[in-house]
Amino acid sequence: MLDSILFYFFAGVAVLSAALMITRRNVMHSAVFLVTTLLAIAGIFLQLHAEFLFVTQIIVYVGGIMVLFIFVIMLVRLDVAIHKMRFRLQKFVAVLVTVVLGLELFVILHSAGQLPGGGLFVPGSANPDKLAPNSEKLATSLFSNYLLPFEIASVLLLVAMVGAVVMAKNRKRTDEP
Amino acid sequence: MNPTAQAILQFLQTYWVELVCGVVIVAVVPLIAGYVVLVERKLMADMQARLGPMRVGPHGLLQPIADAVKLLIKEDIVPRDSDAFIFWFAPVISMVAALTSLGALYFGPAFRVANDINVGILFVVGVSSLGFLGIILGGWASNSHYSILGAIRSTAQLVSYETAGGLAIISALLLSGTLKIQAIVDAQSQYHVWFIFLAPVGFFTYLVASIAETNRAPFDLPEAESELVAGYMTEYSGFRWALYFLGEYANMIVVASVATTLFLGGWLRPFPNVHWLNWLDFLPVLLITAVGAYCLYRAGKQPVKVQAGFMWAVALGCFAVALMFLAPWIFAPLRFALPGLNGAFWFLLKISGYIYIFMWLRFTLPRYRFDQLMHLGWYILIPLAIVNVFSVGVAMLLESEFGWNRWLAMMITTAFTLAVSVYLVHLNDKRTAAASSATAVATDSYAG
Repeated sequence: MLDSILFYFFAGVAVLSAALMITRRNVMHSAVFLVTTLLAIAGIFLQLHAEFLFVTQIIVYVGGIMVLFIFVIMLVRLDVAIHKMRFRLQKFVAVLVTVVLGLELFVILHSAGQLPGGGLFVPGSANPDKLAPNSEKLATSLFSNYLLPFEIASVLLLVAMVGAVVMAKNRKRTDEP
Repeated sequence: MNPTAQAILQFLQTYWVELVCGVVIVAVVPLIAGYVVLVERKLMADMQARLGPMRVGPHGLLQPIADAVKLLIKEDIVPRDSDAFIFWFAPVISMVAALTSLGALYFGPAFRVANDINVGILFVVGVSSLGFLGIILGGWASNSHYSILGAIRSTAQLVSYETAGGLAIISALLLSGTLKIQAIVDAQSQYHVWFIFLAPVGFFTYLVASIAETNRAPFDLPEAESELVAGYMTEYSGFRWALYFLGEYANMIVVASVATTLFLGGWLRPFPNVHWLNWLDFLPVLLITAVGAYCLYRAGKQPVKVQAGFMWAVALGCFAVALMFLAPWIFAPLRFALPGLNGAFWFLLKISGYIYIFMWLRFTLPRYRFDQLMHLGWYILIPLAIVNVFSVGVAMLLESEFGWNRWLAMMITTAFTLAVSVYLVHLNDKRTAAASSATAVATDSYAG
């Protein structure tokens, strides 16, 4: 009962604010609604007893990436930039992407229906008290089974970070007389 | 009875403790924040040899309530060119983020809202950092240069110091081996020592980072009065301004609680495992009784009748609280409440000490310049925090794998960290000197 109320609340908020995000004219309003969407999805993660994913979603996406998004929106005058460069093939690409995404979703949902669980999300299907704490499990599998991919990903991120710093530095040096 | 009412009843039966604690937090934290402001003004007055607020109530004790009433009935101005929706919404984010993160904290073994969630400390840190969305959106929506500059400064500061703060937290998490708040405190009780003694550099890093995260002096650049009027709050007035202010002070309570839980032993009393110090369990009662007795003594000397009466009231209140603490010792059936009461006392005492350090620093140190702030964050604090995580890990490894004495391993690694910090400060000094001499040369060439 409570589970399904909460699920429909979070799902409703996520869908509604996602719709609002793409329909708002003001970029900052879009950013605020994106934050709401991400928070609602974090709530669904929590309901699925994925606590670590829930907190990571809040810290990384809402606390980190969205703050940077808003920072960029504040510093760059996007309303001017948007008028300057209009994307001409926008409608065509949008329709294409929508069709591909819809097909993908249909295939996923259809094949998920064939699985023994009979669907993607069955509330109350597992007893949460009997599950092992998943932050420990996540850590163990990341640092034992998937150590190499994990390290490769971190090196990749480090390279990206260093690259960004170098690019920022270079431009500063040429700007100075 | 219809099923809906039954479901609601069942919900209330399951979650009544959490609901009551949540309502207490939402109701009491603003009041506490108001009194923290009063304490701050009184302390500032004391350090500057003034009296501070004295008019409203005896020794200004009713000042926070008068301030709240004034802010509530003040005209609420919304600038004409502001973004009304975000302008309305931003202070709410600040306040809600701070209160929500308080909800996951433990103020004692019994007083908590959320059941011990698996990622408790991460939740607190993550949600309290959401308050910055309120600051940056408020600054943007005000459509004013001062506000937007304050908001940008504040974001830059957050991004820099949250990294250092997060790394400092990791050093304590390494020692406890868990993210659960209750288990972190239990680990400190098992180690027989608070983590501040095992990871002193981690605590210091967190202290500095938390001052910067709460925008307090000497890092209060987002609201530097002499430069930016009031920073992101410039265009706000009345109750919205009060929400920002409350959010800020609630955030102070949050960082103090996190530091207390991680490094200062949470709700454990000093030396929790030393039996001949068990009389410390009576200390809360004794202290509160002593304060009450002092108030009684002072009541006779008050020149004004109202003040004497107020002193009497305070004394009686203290005695009532002391009786509440004493009751479990007298009536055995109430024994179960004892750890909770004592725990809450020690926890609040440690939080107050931490916040006192904040105020002390604010009245002692002058404000940093913005580039100095960034240099301190990126060139000193973050590398230091990384080295600290590394050396805490090495100390634990030396102890568990090579059978070293814990204190020896800890001291050697801490000495290493301190040596690195001295080197970092030296490097930063050299960099600053080089930069200033370069500027001097440039100026000379222009002058010539």
